[in-house]
Amino acid sequence: MTNWKPWSREALAARVAQDIPEGWYVNLGIGIPTLVGNYVPPDREVILHSENGVVGMGPAPSPESLNPWLVNASRQHVTLVTGASYMNHADSFGLVRGGHLDLCVLGGFQVAENGDLANWSRSDNDRAPAIGGAMDLAVGAKRIWVVMEHTTKDDEKRILERCTYPLTATACVKRVYTDLAVIDVTERGFVVIDTVPGISFDELQTRSGAELHAG
Amino acid sequence: MINKFVRSVAEAMDGVKDGSTVIVAGFAQVGEPRALVDGLIEQGAKDLTVVHNTAGRGREGVARLIGERRVRKIICSFARSRGSVLFEEVYARGAIELEIVPQGTLAERIRAGGAGIPAFFTPTGGGTKIAEGKETRIIDGRECVLEQAITGDVALVEAWRADRWGNLVYRDAGRNFNPVVASAGRLTIVQTQNVAELGELTPEMIVTPGIYVDRIVHVPSGDPPVVIS
Repeated sequence: MTNWKPWSREALAARVAQDIPEGWYVNLGIGIPTLVGNYVPPDREVILHSENGVVGMGPAPSPESLNPWLVNASRQHVTLVTGASYMNHADSFGLVRGGHLDLCVLGGFQVAENGDLANWSRSDNDRAPAIGGAMDLAVGAKRIWVVMEHTTKDDEKRILERCTYPLTATACVKRVYTDLAVIDVTERGFVVIDTVPGISFDELQTRSGAELHAG
Repeated sequence: MINKFVRSVAEAMDGVKDGSTVIVAGFAQVGEPRALVDGLIEQGAKDLTVVHNTAGRGREGVARLIGERRVRKIICSFARSRGSVLFEEVYARGAIELEIVPQGTLAERIRAGGAGIPAFFTPTGGGTKIAEGKETRIIDGRECVLEQAITGDVALVEAWRADRWGNLVYRDAGRNFNPVVASAGRLTIVQTQNVAELGELTPEMIVTPGIYVDRIVHVPSGDPPVVIS
C-alpha cells in the first residue's frame, strides 16, 4: 500500500508552469509540455515560441475564432498574443540553436545523470523514425526541462545512469519533472528538489535507475 | 515586360525531369503547395529525391507520390505522421531510401543551398546517431556535425499573394519553409492564393523577392484543412 498519489498530467503541467518566471521566451514540446501553456497565470508575460515560425503564441482558439492558417509545431490550432510575430523555418531554428530561448520543455523517454536525453526513438531499427525539432531544441535552448512519467507503464526505469535508447542530445537536461518528483541534473548527479506528498526518498530511489541525492 | 505567371498547373510543372531533386515546402498542411504536388504526379517525373518536412500524410500529396513509386529517396525530419501508411508500406519493402534529418538542420541545409554555403557545422545531432558517418569537429567544447547544403532542381512553394515579378507574401504560419525553399530551387515554382498588381506589395511587406521565383500559377484553393485533434 502506498499512501501517495502521482501527479496527474494537468498537475504536472501546472507544477512546471509555476517555475517559469515572467519575461522568459519558452518553447513547449509535444504532449504534456504543450499543456504547460494553459497554467501560466494570465498576468505573467511568458512568451511562447513554436518551431514553425511563431513567437507569441496564445491559447487554443474558440471554434468561431479558429484560423486554419495558424498552427503550432504539434499541428494544433492556436492563437496569437498581442505583439506576436512570424518568421520562416530557418530563422525560427536559428533562434533555437542560437541560444535565444530561455527554456524548452520537452517530453522524454529516458534521462541520464549526465544530462543525456533520449526522447525520439525506442530502437535502432525504427520503422518510421521521427526526430522533428527535438535535437535542435535540446542543443539550443538555454535550459532543457524534461517532463515524463517516472517509470514506464511496465515499471521500467527512465531516470538512469546512462540512456539505453538512441540519444536526442548529450548533457542537455537541467531538470526533470516526473509524476513523482522534481529532480535537478547537477554536477553531482540527480538532486531531488520536490516530491508528491507522502512518498519517501527510498520509495523514489527504488523507482529510479541512478543514485538520487537529497536537495 | 516580365510576367512569371503561367496559365495552368500543367504549364507550371512542364519539363521536370526524371531523377530530379524536388523540395516541397509546407508544415502541417499549412502553406503546402498541394496543387503543384498533384501536378507533379500528373506530369509523370519519376526516380525523384523529395525533400519535405514529413514523408507525407494520409494518401495525398507527397504520400501519394511515394505510394505511386515515383520517389527514390525522401529527405525529411518526421517519417511517422498520423496515417503515413503509404510511406511505411513502401519503406518496409525497402523500396525507398530514407534520410532522416533534424528539422532545424533540414531548414538550414535548404537555406544554405539557396545562400551558396556548401556545408556547415552544427551542434545539432552531436553525439547522436545523426553524426554517424559524418565529419565531426569539437568547436567551443561541443561536438558539431558537418551538414551538406540542399539545393533543388525544382522547388515547390505556396504563397498567399504574388505579383508578376514573383514577389511573395505568405499568410500566418503558412510562411514556414516557403521562403528558404523558394531560395533553393534552380526552378522555383509558386502556387499563389491571390494575385497582386506590381507595386501593391510594398517593399517592406515582401518576404520573398521575385529574384528567387521562376514560375507562378494562380490556385485559389482556399483555407487549409482544419485539423481535428
